[in-house]
Amino acid sequence: MSWTWFHRLASPPHIYRLAQRLTPWFAWPAAALIVAALYGGLVLAPPDYQQGDGFRIIYMHAPSAWMSLMVYTTMAVAAAVALIWRMKVAHAVAASCAPIGASFTFAALVTGSLWGEPMWGTWWEWDPRLTSELILLFLYLGYMGLRGAIEDPQRADRTSAVLAVVGIVNVPIIHYSVTWWNSLHQAPSVMRLGKPQLSTPMLVPLLMMLLGFTLFFVAVLLVRVRGEILVRERSASWIREALST
Amino acid sequence: MREFLDMGGYAAFVWPSYAVTLAVVVLNVVWARRSLARSRAAARRRLAAGGGDA
Repeated sequence: MSWTWFHRLASPPHIYRLAQRLTPWFAWPAAALIVAALYGGLVLAPPDYQQGDGFRIIYMHAPSAWMSLMVYTTMAVAAAVALIWRMKVAHAVAASCAPIGASFTFAALVTGSLWGEPMWGTWWEWDPRLTSELILLFLYLGYMGLRGAIEDPQRADRTSAVLAVVGIVNVPIIHYSVTWWNSLHQAPSVMRLGKPQLSTPMLVPLLMMLLGFTLFFVAVLLVRVRGEILVRERSASWIREALST
Repeated sequence: MREFLDMGGYAAFVWPSYAVTLAVVVLNVVWARRSLARSRAAARRRLAAGGGDA
């Protein structure tokens, strides 16, 4: 089997140019979906029969929480690929994921807190779901702190990649925490087997926001990854070429 | 409009959650662009200093 396509695909100049070209194709659909979903979620969706208009926090909380887990999974997979195949581009992807994931984990925790106060009567509870999500934030911050603390960039890549891979155990714990333990947090209403538990006018804006955030993640990742590739690249000729674009 | 802004009495919880999350979205754009610009500037300095291989 020929691996040339694989090497070409993973070659930094190729990825750099591809990332640049692809960014608007993710950024603009993301913006359109998020704006449409905001309108759908704030205006078109009817109030919930139990939570009234308070339920609309879901359109910010669930997509942020989804991002926190999806970005971490991407980061851990990229880190594993980078460790196994010693691929610089994969290290660049992993390093790019961390600040994005950390910021959306923060948003998930804050919006969760803002939802918890009126519905559960508390801003915070040391509950399995809330605690494991807080640990996820610490994993992201630990990963970033570790990278910042190691002077040698190659060693920073490898050491932080190990942390990212090990930390993946927290992802299923967060997802299943509401099923495995007695949690204050409700069970999944969309990401579950069988039919989602939301009515269509409530569900459609949520699905649009989830997709919009996912495309947004790809767009931001593509911008960041270019910078991370440049930092790791030593070939003067293509750096010159990349800078001229 | 007033009714909309009131969010059925949940305004103090709904609006801050939208503000925080959308701020995170916007900041991600700003931070990503800034990080790329910084890396490009560093690469430019490296080139000017004669760094890199051929």
